[in-house]
Amino acid sequence: MQSIDRKLLRDLITLRGQVIAIVLIVACGIASMVTMTSTYQSLQLSQTQYYSQYRFTDVFVQLKRAPEGVMAQIREIPGVGQGRSRVVETVTLDVPGLDDPATGRLVSIPEQPRAILNDIALQSGRYIQPDRLDEVIASPAFVAANQLALGDTISAVINGRWQELRIVGTALSPEYLYEISGTELLPDNQRFGVFWMGRQALATAFDLDGAFNDVVLTLTPGANEQAVIFRLDQILERYGGLGAYGRDNQVSHRFLEDDLDGLQVMAVILPVIFLGIAAFLLNMVLARLVSTQRDQIAVLKAFGYSNLEVGLHFLKLVLVVVALGAILGIGLGRWLGENFTHFYVQYYQFPSVQYRAGARVIVGAVGVSAIAALIGAFHAVQGVVSLPPAEAMRPEPPASFKPTIVERMGLQRWLSPAGRIILRNLERRPLQALMAMVGISMAVAILVVGGYFSDAIDQIMAIQFQTVQREDITLTFTQPLSGQVRHDLAQLSGVLRVEPFRSVPVRFRYGHRTRLGSITGLSAPSTLRQLIDQDMQAVPIPDDGIVLTTKLAELLHLKIGDPLTVEVLEGARPTRQVPVAGLVDELVGLATYMHVDALNALMQEDTSYSGAYLLVDQQQITALYSQLKQTPSVASVAQRETAIHQFNETIGATSGAMNAVLMLFATIISAGVIYNAARIALSERCRELATLRIIGFTQREIAFILLGEQGALILAAVPVGWLLGYGLAWVLNQSPAVDSEMVRLPFVIHPASYLFALLVTALAAAGSGLLIGHQLRRLDLIAVLKTRE
Amino acid sequence: MSLSPTATAAPAIFHGHQIVKTYQMGEVAVHALRQVDIDLYEGEFVVLLGPSGSGKSTLLNILGGLDVPTSGDVYFRQQNLSQGGDRLLTRFRRESIGFIFQFYNLIPSLTARENVALVTDIAPHPMRPEEALALVGLSDRLDHFPSQLSGGQQQRVAIARAIAKRPEVLFCDEPTGALDYSTGKLVLEVLARVNQELGTTVVIITHNAGIGAMGDRVITMRDGQIHTIERNQRRASPDELEW
Repeated sequence: MQSIDRKLLRDLITLRGQVIAIVLIVACGIASMVTMTSTYQSLQLSQTQYYSQYRFTDVFVQLKRAPEGVMAQIREIPGVGQGRSRVVETVTLDVPGLDDPATGRLVSIPEQPRAILNDIALQSGRYIQPDRLDEVIASPAFVAANQLALGDTISAVINGRWQELRIVGTALSPEYLYEISGTELLPDNQRFGVFWMGRQALATAFDLDGAFNDVVLTLTPGANEQAVIFRLDQILERYGGLGAYGRDNQVSHRFLEDDLDGLQVMAVILPVIFLGIAAFLLNMVLARLVSTQRDQIAVLKAFGYSNLEVGLHFLKLVLVVVALGAILGIGLGRWLGENFTHFYVQYYQFPSVQYRAGARVIVGAVGVSAIAALIGAFHAVQGVVSLPPAEAMRPEPPASFKPTIVERMGLQRWLSPAGRIILRNLERRPLQALMAMVGISMAVAILVVGGYFSDAIDQIMAIQFQTVQREDITLTFTQPLSGQVRHDLAQLSGVLRVEPFRSVPVRFRYGHRTRLGSITGLSAPSTLRQLIDQDMQAVPIPDDGIVLTTKLAELLHLKIGDPLTVEVLEGARPTRQVPVAGLVDELVGLATYMHVDALNALMQEDTSYSGAYLLVDQQQITALYSQLKQTPSVASVAQRETAIHQFNETIGATSGAMNAVLMLFATIISAGVIYNAARIALSERCRELATLRIIGFTQREIAFILLGEQGALILAAVPVGWLLGYGLAWVLNQSPAVDSEMVRLPFVIHPASYLFALLVTALAAAGSGLLIGHQLRRLDLIAVLKTRE
Repeated sequence: MSLSPTATAAPAIFHGHQIVKTYQMGEVAVHALRQVDIDLYEGEFVVLLGPSGSGKSTLLNILGGLDVPTSGDVYFRQQNLSQGGDRLLTRFRRESIGFIFQFYNLIPSLTARENVALVTDIAPHPMRPEEALALVGLSDRLDHFPSQLSGGQQQRVAIARAIAKRPEVLFCDEPTGALDYSTGKLVLEVLARVNQELGTTVVIITHNAGIGAMGDRVITMRDGQIHTIERNQRRASPDELEW
């Protein structure tokens, strides 16, 4: 080893406390980048492989009924690659061991296994046998959640009759990567499952012999999706087509894409924060090192070390920090990434997920960190290089001090001498003080952002499940029923209130923009499903006109009063213009509402309902469930309580884990910044502090001078951090990851979140203060005074 | 010790012509060197005397390639140092010059041997660090850190570090300034021996007139100019010096 490298090693050992702090921050930066990027890439790779291996389609459409012959017409549409017609039905299930009715989606498959579009990946058991009409293949999550086994049977209401289905295998499909029935946010594997059943058996059961009610298509490369969808809708118009859509609006795909978008955003934001702070700390530490080693640098130059060699010497220190940070960060990032990936796999069902942190991810993360660190070091090292050797030999000129602003304002009599020292020191190095402040602010900001996430989720819970959804149970019917149903439902056990509704599938059109959706016609007064305004207050449903979710209005570029064209996709399929009567700020989904009478009038139908909201007596709920299971006209039963439970369990656990990680990160940052700033102040001023001790200042008093400076920085930094966190949360709030069609996080940060950020920062500061205090007590007075500055 | 027989016959290795150095200190221009002409010869032992602020350190810095003149020329052999730029000056210092400072300027985190190795690592034809330390009588202190050495020992490590590259010229800025009387003499003895045994040209800066007796020539500076140049008929040995 060269002597100059030996010097580097010893310098590193001397600076170990500060080096460790920076290494940890670099490690966090690299770890966050590796975690997010590798999770993103692992999921995306798994998605791509899954989609291509099981032929996930590009276009989807549901319809009422079309004869098989229509498929030939569909396949001829320019741009269509392959097409498959299917029978898909949603049914009520009676699952052994589950009180409440569950919902099943029955999807047809060929009687003999062969490669098909949206194919299934058999996970256990076997394929159905052609002659066994009751055999189904179920989704493994449903089987596991209900503790079923292969060979078990469940009952389903098929075309108004109870029928036994025997589970002979389990399988996954790219179409149900995220297994939800369509409207909810989170999978409830106990109450919703997908079942694959022989085409013939399913068609017979639903009177669809020689016909189909669902089509999936692939497109040829370069095909125009919109053109295909337009033509497909034209063909299926007369067969009750519900409007075709592309992958973008396929629920499962959409959810995964939104999560992948979120990962990409975080893969940029977190590393930027950490590496920015690491760069700043390296700059601070190196600048100090250079100024304490002025004479050493001069000697090296006097003996013929070139500027390049001396500059490289200091850069090596940076590279050692990055290397150590990389070792730690890559390890931590891979571990976190693997856990994150598995965490996503709980929600997204892949046949196999290989966690991969490829060389490119790692090289990229380390490269970006090295660049950030070198940028941070650049200024300090440039100082070394430009220091002329003769100049370096002279001691550094004493720092020049001026009376501070406070003193110039004549306020000094309120300041103790120690207070004045603190103030002057801060004012002498405004840039350094500012940067330290920015660092601490970042830590505070990270915590505020963490608080924003959990506050926003709490807010969604409160609004969605207390203000908007107030029913206990939502029923949907297999087909619209007459006004009599209100009376019939009221007769069931434990039903306290019935508010029937009508839901109609439609295509919205405004200008050149179109959108598939449905209109919910609410009966007035609607107490179980409330509309909310911008201030989250309940507003009544208007007698005429349509009320849109603000997000949908945004997507269609609509405002109140605009005429919205509504193309109804069932019944007589009328097309009407309806004025936009109001906007609601619901946080979940893209619902639209009308008065049920207005909707029925639009449909040119008598009063009819497609579902009902119920308020029930919890004591009698079991009896009610068994009655509902026996009612063939009920297609599905959804409970608010289950949704709340589901939400709390999964989202609560997620945000808890995320907050723990953010808290760890923020603690490392604030402790790292504060410790480094105090340590550098100690090294710069140990002579001064020792002098003060010699003339009679107590240990406590000099600690006050040193730590008071850091305290002042923290005091100034915390409100800035709050603001920064507020801003960062606002920026995140605008990103598509949290402002999606599925769910929109409201922008809300509770005071407790700000307080929590303050508390964590204060604790981190106290920890660093203790360490520095320990070093202050060991200050050797005589030795400090003897050494030449 | 006797007069170096080749001192006057030797060719000049340094030739300074009309060297001017002006510093700007705030709003005041400081004229550190005013048109200095100087020649140094191979193998000679020169003592540069003068009070503080007389410009002797500035002159040494410029001759040693640590600084460049505001105007004028400095030739080392045929090479014009004042025109060369940083790359040339670095190579010049690396290959030809050894420095010894008043405060030793050892790297505190390196041992005696490693401090010397710092120079031998990059010099073209160095001696071994152990050899250089033996020359200054520190063979038994090889692995001591500067903080474990006395002032005299530290200065001798600095000398070992300076001579280990076998420089043609050794520049010493107040080498005894921080040392007591007897330790100072010890250090001067080492410098005299290096001059004698290795034939290295030695230039010592000091404001201690007593040291002048050990040089071939004594150059006195005052107000940024050369005031007198005296040639000693006989070089005194360091133990004869009194101050």
